[in-house]
Amino acid sequence: MTTVQNDVVLDTEVAARAPFSTVVKTGQVLSIIDLGGNQAVDFLAYDAGDTSKRYSAAVTIAAQRNIFLTTGSVLRTQEGAPLLTVVADTCGRHDTLGGACSKESNTLRYGQHTRHQHACVENFLTEGARWGLGKRDLVSNVNWYMNVPVEEDGTLGIVDGISAPGLEVQLRAETDTLVIVSNCPQINNPCNGFDPTPVRMVVTGGGAG
Amino acid sequence: MTTATTYGARDHARAQDGTVVETMPTIPAANWPEPPEGVAAEQLVWAETVAGGGYTHKVLARGTELRLTDLRGDACAHVLVYNADAPWERLNVADTVKVQWNAYMKPAMGLLSDQARVLATIVTDESGHHDALCGTSTVSGNAERYGDGSPQGGSPAGLGLFTLAAAKHGLEPRDIPPSISLFQGVRVQDSGVLTFTGSAGAGKSVVLRAEMPVIVLIANVPHPIDPRPAYTVTPLQVLAWRAQPTTPDSPEWNASPEGRRAFENTADYLTARGIA
Repeated sequence: MTTVQNDVVLDTEVAARAPFSTVVKTGQVLSIIDLGGNQAVDFLAYDAGDTSKRYSAAVTIAAQRNIFLTTGSVLRTQEGAPLLTVVADTCGRHDTLGGACSKESNTLRYGQHTRHQHACVENFLTEGARWGLGKRDLVSNVNWYMNVPVEEDGTLGIVDGISAPGLEVQLRAETDTLVIVSNCPQINNPCNGFDPTPVRMVVTGGGAG
Repeated sequence: MTTATTYGARDHARAQDGTVVETMPTIPAANWPEPPEGVAAEQLVWAETVAGGGYTHKVLARGTELRLTDLRGDACAHVLVYNADAPWERLNVADTVKVQWNAYMKPAMGLLSDQARVLATIVTDESGHHDALCGTSTVSGNAERYGDGSPQGGSPAGLGLFTLAAAKHGLEPRDIPPSISLFQGVRVQDSGVLTFTGSAGAGKSVVLRAEMPVIVLIANVPHPIDPRPAYTVTPLQVLAWRAQPTTPDSPEWNASPEGRRAFENTADYLTARGIA
């Protein structure tokens, strides 16, 4: 996949375990590049003009009748409006069900000993606060590169990833969209091979910075 | 009866007292004529039949059991649950399915909050046709499918009704997360594609138990991927009664290690909060 190099408005690396946010303007393309492979990128999206309109996993799933995201998937608000379209994807599929790790949910999944480990919800709260968003604004999120199959009996879980170094997903903004990212710190499940690694974020196009 | 005068209008309005229709609340709930087996009439705290396209809501005490019944086979109960004392703690469907390692809701599963606690437990289930993935219907989606999605129209969307129900508890649109739906099912294929399984038929019930004081919002509207072209939804019966919360001796407490820790977290919270 070739990222358009002559129209770059942002190119940054998000460290392992760190938060990130930016507004992707209408028509611009955000590329999320999995530098180390199998790094889960927890991702929320809001209409930048009215943050009460935000990504809805449920509406996105219902609209496309599929739990996985890949090329052609449209991330929608809780009222069905398109925020971002997946215009390219070299990984194959991405998770809509697993949500974010939190200090609280980690106590259920692994035990009370994980209570004081850093977690994605902390990143969402930290980064959301920069845009006036609080806990009530957090909803189920996308996990780029995370592999969450569902068995016939409903059993679901985060399993070994299908991503690899250099794989990339590209999202075109259908409206000015605030994206908030937690580059997942998780060290208790296989979502990032028990070893968080950095990811690269590139915004191109749209003719505006 | 003339309504041309204030006296006539008053008499006309008052003459409606005592009218009984199927879709209405019974107040007090103890007047409901058919308490569930083993439940005394005076234990009832909520008795209501919700019209198709309607919604309802209630604050329930810890330990209350809530029975929802699909009377005619085409109800779809979209449900949201909040901590009544701190409603920024609310149902988190992602944690509910991820933590309990299952996308399909079944007895002994908890409806988990974003704070890793159990808001409510599924006690019994005669239906098995439920969904935690697709959320509820949207105003724009219903407008596209049925010609109208507004609350005042003939095919209201779940999100519009949730918005109204939430407002009556001081909650705003940003307090409305993805919901679960009961009595209309969805299954996931290996490819990720969803299949709508519809209903298990008329007369099926689900019983939930409140594990802390909760706000319950219910919208009875068609499932968002119900493929039928007509807006198809039939009345939902809601009954609730005073009962006991889950204790360390209850089978639900130890149904899974994740569930046990969720009940332990809940007990820890309620103890510190002075509720239990």
